Amino acid sequence: MKKLITLIVLFTSTVVSAGTLVVNSNQSGESSKAAFDAYVDAFRAAHPEVTVVVNEFEHEAYKTAIRNFLTAEAPDVAIWFAGNRMKFFVDQNLFQDVSDVWADAGLNDSMASTKGSLTVDGKQYGVPWGYYQWGVYYRKDLFDNLGLNVPKNWEEFKWVCAMLKKNDITPITIGTKFLWTAGGWFDYLNLRINGYQFHMDLTAGKVSYEDPRLDATFAAWRELIDPGYFLEDHASFSWQDAQAPQINGEAAMYLIGNFYVPTLESAGVVDKMDFFQFPTIVEGVGIAEDAPTDTMHIPSGAKNVEDAKKFLAFMSNKEAATNWATMGGMLSPNKYADKPTNRFSVMGAEMLAAADDIAQFWDRDANPDMAGAAMEGFQEFMVKPDREAKIRARLEKERARIHGDL
Amino acid sequence: MTFWERNQLKLAPFLFLAPAILIFLIYVIYPIIDSIWVSFHEWNGMDKNGTRGNGNPNWSWVGLKNYVVLFTDDEEFYVSLFNNIRWLLFSLIAIPIGLLLALFVNQSILGMRYIKSLFYFPFVINAVVIGVIFTWFYNPKYGALTYVLSLFGLDPIPVLADENLATYGIIIASFFPGIAYTMILYITGLTGVNREMVEAGRIDGASGFTMLWHVILPQLKPATLIAVVVTIVGSLRSFDLIAVMTAGGPWGSTEVLAYKMYQESLFNYRMGYGAAIATILFLIMDIYIAWFLYRLFKNEKSEK
Repeated sequence: MKKLITLIVLFTSTVVSAGTLVVNSNQSGESSKAAFDAYVDAFRAAHPEVTVVVNEFEHEAYKTAIRNFLTAEAPDVAIWFAGNRMKFFVDQNLFQDVSDVWADAGLNDSMASTKGSLTVDGKQYGVPWGYYQWGVYYRKDLFDNLGLNVPKNWEEFKWVCAMLKKNDITPITIGTKFLWTAGGWFDYLNLRINGYQFHMDLTAGKVSYEDPRLDATFAAWRELIDPGYFLEDHASFSWQDAQAPQINGEAAMYLIGNFYVPTLESAGVVDKMDFFQFPTIVEGVGIAEDAPTDTMHIPSGAKNVEDAKKFLAFMSNKEAATNWATMGGMLSPNKYADKPTNRFSVMGAEMLAAADDIAQFWDRDANPDMAGAAMEGFQEFMVKPDREAKIRARLEKERARIHGDL
Repeated sequence: MTFWERNQLKLAPFLFLAPAILIFLIYVIYPIIDSIWVSFHEWNGMDKNGTRGNGNPNWSWVGLKNYVVLFTDDEEFYVSLFNNIRWLLFSLIAIPIGLLLALFVNQSILGMRYIKSLFYFPFVINAVVIGVIFTWFYNPKYGALTYVLSLFGLDPIPVLADENLATYGIIIASFFPGIAYTMILYITGLTGVNREMVEAGRIDGASGFTMLWHVILPQLKPATLIAVVVTIVGSLRSFDLIAVMTAGGPWGSTEVLAYKMYQESLFNYRMGYGAAIATILFLIMDIYIAWFLYRLFKNEKSEK
């Protein structure tokens, strides 16, 4: 399969001539593909001298294919993710410095909020095109039936869970088969308890997994695990499988990203749904949110750098930026873009604008190797909380192997 | 007479073999040697001359370190190895079941031809499809298994979410195509069974199980050998069902060596470590293949 992809890339890049821009895209979903096509069409209209060739990859396959094509036969533009996922390729000198695009196209102003996640050593290595919020999507009808209000802090949250459980409703649905959903829970608990800086130090491998400050994070998690507030047998469900209980009205809350909304719409339950920000746990800790940012980069091996920079700079076009993000159910990082109209996006935009800090997500902030091992540990903890000490010792061993001794 | 005319008969076989040998060398032998070579290095799969974020080179010689870590410092390796052994032992159960089915469908009853093809059907389906079907079957909330258990008033069993049961759950899914395959092997074997010997056995008063054990089975020995070989090689290579049904989970408890190799090299960027796992798997298979070839040659000799 990888060979085939390389061959396709090889083929498409040998037939192209000057003035041709090759873009590798992972926007394979129906709505995200339409959104990306709209951006490409707008770019073509604005720059008729450039011929744009798009190589589309399936979203998951892209994650392994990118390492091949960046080294073997680089496109001119590649879509990717901000944070550690980008830094890995920057460290390999596989992405180009595009600070000049930021300066010339006024992105330093219009994209200021996401600049940090694209900066390594003071230089920018990509341009963001969309991001989305995480938070709790809940069944408002179930809450109303039981007279429950949106919980603002940890005590209220646990009380809501207890009330739901008492009425035979699964308080929290989750499917941890592919692990990352458990990473979302760890992110939020740790961000709310130990704050953004500690969390970033942990993802950077600068803090031990046996650090006593993490005790509180795992203890809070246990307060939800021990009474059975999470969906039973969640390790056998994917994140899509876990939607069913909520759509059927058997589960009330789901901590997930805004990409959940299209499913709610097609399942016809969107009117019964609402959204709230993950509650405060420790007073005085700055509010940080997970908001993964999707990006565009110019590989070091790009042949048509000039047009690639035009393609990235086109994100300063507020109309094109708006369309790409909103058609795909995302928020535009361009602050001059039109305000979103979908109510979940509106709530997300307000929440993120008010946040003190923005994290990318566990498996985008942490080193890929460490992220995988840690999420496996989180999944195990959610089922066998008594193994906490053993799990944390194992993770610390992994951390030491990957990041070195403290 | 030209050189070609004189040696045509001697050279022709080699010329016919040449393309196959060439492809075999490029796609089988070279990757094996290259994998072993990679396993002595630390490599993140990127440009071999480049450097990592922390300044270390992407590609560096570490000698036997990968193997030492694998055997002394990686619990997951032993989990995977143990799972491979479980696969190896339990997937053999498919063989007697395949034999029973073959005996069953080997009767001349109207419409048996269609029943035969129905039983063979699972072998034709893609493993990914089988994995998805069985994942639904095991789904503790809406799955068929849960429904059947509820008829008997039993609680659902979350097979794929239980660290002790998950591997067995996947092995049972692998029976689905495995039984079909061994059944076909035995059906072909049964058509070759000597009727005179069966008649002779009957005259001597053998029937039922005695007949099967002493008359039929010895004649099915070649089919059994192939069935065992294919099943064992299949169990060592088991990967697709695991990837689809559990992705190695819960928390890595269903990983086998092949899956761990994929995980380490493609997701964790540890090509050298992954190659070391591949080499171990290769050695395990070697031992087994050596035994198989030994048996095969011995059989051929005794037949001569």
